[in-house]
Amino acid sequence: MSLFQLLNGLTFAALLFVVASGFTLIFGLLRIVNLAHGALYLFGGYIGYSVAVKTGSFVLGGIGAMAAIAAIGFVLDQGLLRFVRGNELRQVLLTLGVAFFLNDLALVIWGGDSFTVPIPEMLRGGTRVFGTFYPIYRLFVLGMGIFVFVGLWVLLNHTKLGALIRAGVDDAEMVEASGVNIRRVFLFTFLFGSALAGLGGLMGGAFLSLYPSADAEILTFSLAVVIIGGRGSLVGVGVGSLLVGLLNTLGQVMFPELAYFVIFGPMAVLLAFRPLGLFGRAT
Amino acid sequence: MTQPVSKTSVLAGMTSRALVIAGLVVIVAACLPMVLSSYQVGLATEVLIFGVLAMSIDILAGFAGRTSLGHGAIFGVSTYVVVYATGQAGLSPWAGFALGVLAATAVASVFALLAVRTSGVYFLLLTLALGMIVWGVCLRWTQVTGGENGMRADVRPAALMSHSAFYWAVLAGAVIVSFAMWRFVRSPFGLTLRGIRDSESRMRSLGYNVPLHLFIGFTVSGIFAGIAGGLYAMFNNFVSPSTVALAQSVEGVLMMIAGGVGTLFGAFVGAAAIIVLENIVSSYTERWLMVLGITFVLIMIFAPEGIIGKLRAITSRKVR
Repeated sequence: MSLFQLLNGLTFAALLFVVASGFTLIFGLLRIVNLAHGALYLFGGYIGYSVAVKTGSFVLGGIGAMAAIAAIGFVLDQGLLRFVRGNELRQVLLTLGVAFFLNDLALVIWGGDSFTVPIPEMLRGGTRVFGTFYPIYRLFVLGMGIFVFVGLWVLLNHTKLGALIRAGVDDAEMVEASGVNIRRVFLFTFLFGSALAGLGGLMGGAFLSLYPSADAEILTFSLAVVIIGGRGSLVGVGVGSLLVGLLNTLGQVMFPELAYFVIFGPMAVLLAFRPLGLFGRAT
Repeated sequence: MTQPVSKTSVLAGMTSRALVIAGLVVIVAACLPMVLSSYQVGLATEVLIFGVLAMSIDILAGFAGRTSLGHGAIFGVSTYVVVYATGQAGLSPWAGFALGVLAATAVASVFALLAVRTSGVYFLLLTLALGMIVWGVCLRWTQVTGGENGMRADVRPAALMSHSAFYWAVLAGAVIVSFAMWRFVRSPFGLTLRGIRDSESRMRSLGYNVPLHLFIGFTVSGIFAGIAGGLYAMFNNFVSPSTVALAQSVEGVLMMIAGGVGTLFGAFVGAAAIIVLENIVSSYTERWLMVLGITFVLIMIFAPEGIIGKLRAITSRKVR
């Protein structure tokens, strides 16, 4: 694998990390497997695209995408999921219904063409990395992935809110019993995780482009990341993203038509030995 | 177990009343082509095929407590293989059908190997991811699958060309397969699956090999999904990635839930409800997926016990 392909794998892993970290935060704390996460990614990408094209600003596109997806997340959590709390299966299937709805709605609003989010002027073009010419924008994605990782790590390990979230992952009832309004922490986590999907949509929309089945693809990758990494573990998502991102690139280089199998193999071996993922813990 | 033997021995453990009801339903179903238009006969055929798919999902969901979101892919693999074998490889429809079911069984056993160690949400996620992989392969492996355009082949045997003849053949198949599934879940093996659904740890401490039972249960359920997929190939003479897509699995699960989890034959009621809904909706708008999504959300919130269960609950409330 050349350096170029290695960098491709790393930048894809960075994107996956941004999307899957939101997914695993919600999964870990709220026990909700949000299968609409892929649809939120796609919607975020489309909204970010529209805002970025209208205003000419990539940053505004990002803010717009995150705000809009957080709003959709609010409706999803407070409007629908509240009716099925405590029943994992019904929650999952409900979010699946929402995913279909959002996907079709996106088709109505933006049509079936594929879009590419315009990259801001300062991130266009390429640069030399250890002698290999590489697009600056993809390096920016890599940087964003690292930034989100560090940000989440600080949030979870060095703030009061993070302590509450970690405590909630371990035992939500005890946290509530000690006088904390855990519902509010839950809601914040859900909105924040959704917003990360929106941000991912904008970032990915600029180099993978946006099209009607992109949500299913990113959802599959996110699922693989979470299954490999384990529920609710930040390090797990990081390692899972790196594995899936690099394996996917390797697969595309070596067996372009069967790239999916290259992720599937390690996932299978892993599950045989650790059903809860690399960093998952039984509760 | 405590039922008197004389009442249950009529046909492999079916009570005489159940046998009469089942017979009447089959006779009514067999008379349908005489009163329906050929388009409606096509719909009825589809109901039967998808009813079998929904039943195969119910074997796992209702009797082993594991809802699979990968059965659409198992179903679709069979459709793909049947179309490929008869169209591209030039085999007879029957050989193609056998190969399709075989391929579906093989895929199901691979899924099963990976999935039996998981339960609950993890099982759902894993089967979903596995189904997506099949979909991805069908979409990308253009040389063999025809990619997004799919494949066309005249799969249906010449003897079954007319709508009604094919409907009767599918009906006969569905009756046999339904009876086989019903026997399967009522067998000691099926009872063991139910035991696993209710308490895995208890079954394990009783000495049952839980993963092995789940593996066999999953694989058998895959055979039935494969049969449904093969029939669908003959019905449609065409296959494309949307046949293996997540929407297919989701529709199957929705039919199973609408009919009532664990009712087995309710699957046909669910399939009829969803397919009729799909056709009504499609005649007004192209937004079927949106309606499917909304239906799913509404059923999850208001009627997770299924249409039959909901009706039963409402009527019993009125009686009281």
